[in-house]
Amino acid sequence: MKFGIIVSAGPYTHQASDTAYQFSKAVLERGHEILRIFFYHDGVNNGTRLTTPPQDDRHITNRWSELAAKHELDLVVCVAAAQRRGIVDVGEAKRHGKDANNIAPGFRISGLGQLIEVGIQADRVITFGD
Amino acid sequence: MLHTVNKSPYEKGSLDTCLRLAKQGSTILLIEDAVYAAITGSSLESKIRQASKQYEFCVLGPDLKARGLDEAKLIDSIRVVDYGGFVDLAVSHDRVQSWL
Repeated sequence: MKFGIIVSAGPYTHQASDTAYQFSKAVLERGHEILRIFFYHDGVNNGTRLTTPPQDDRHITNRWSELAAKHELDLVVCVAAAQRRGIVDVGEAKRHGKDANNIAPGFRISGLGQLIEVGIQADRVITFGD
Repeated sequence: MLHTVNKSPYEKGSLDTCLRLAKQGSTILLIEDAVYAAITGSSLESKIRQASKQYEFCVLGPDLKARGLDEAKLIDSIRVVDYGGFVDLAVSHDRVQSWL
């Protein structure tokens, strides 16, 4: 079965990012497919590679990047939510004249069309948020 | 339909809203802080027992454990599932509504 997953809460502030990760892992372990994980609102903060939690804490961003690399997942960060919160890729940095970018490996910045598309194509869409 | 609730019923009205709007025969999965609704001896117990006649209640086991809640103290009609069981519930219901 094809799944779409929405994460709309920030990491380390609410459990939603953790639940979404554990659920995503279980989806893949059960042999299902994840078409896309869409990070919206504060959920976009999952996608900065500058995240540096203490060593004995889980690294939420790296965990997503590793899962994406292993399973070729499409991790999409909403562009408007990302701009507000300073989540920037190479293209966005150039477009807005920023001196750096911070998007984490495996994540890409795109628009709400990607959310609509997964809503149409997936058999199930599940939201994790606050 | 599968309904997920992730807020403590002592903090927000998500569970109340879910119970008001969910159709009879739906499954309600309590996750994150909503697992507090699944425990016996609370002011909510009779409400949950009453609602169990209309809905199937499940609770996410790892979230009970993370809060130090004893499975032995669960309201007996509530079934414990793990993340794999959560996925199975999502598959076996035609859609999922998240009450946040």
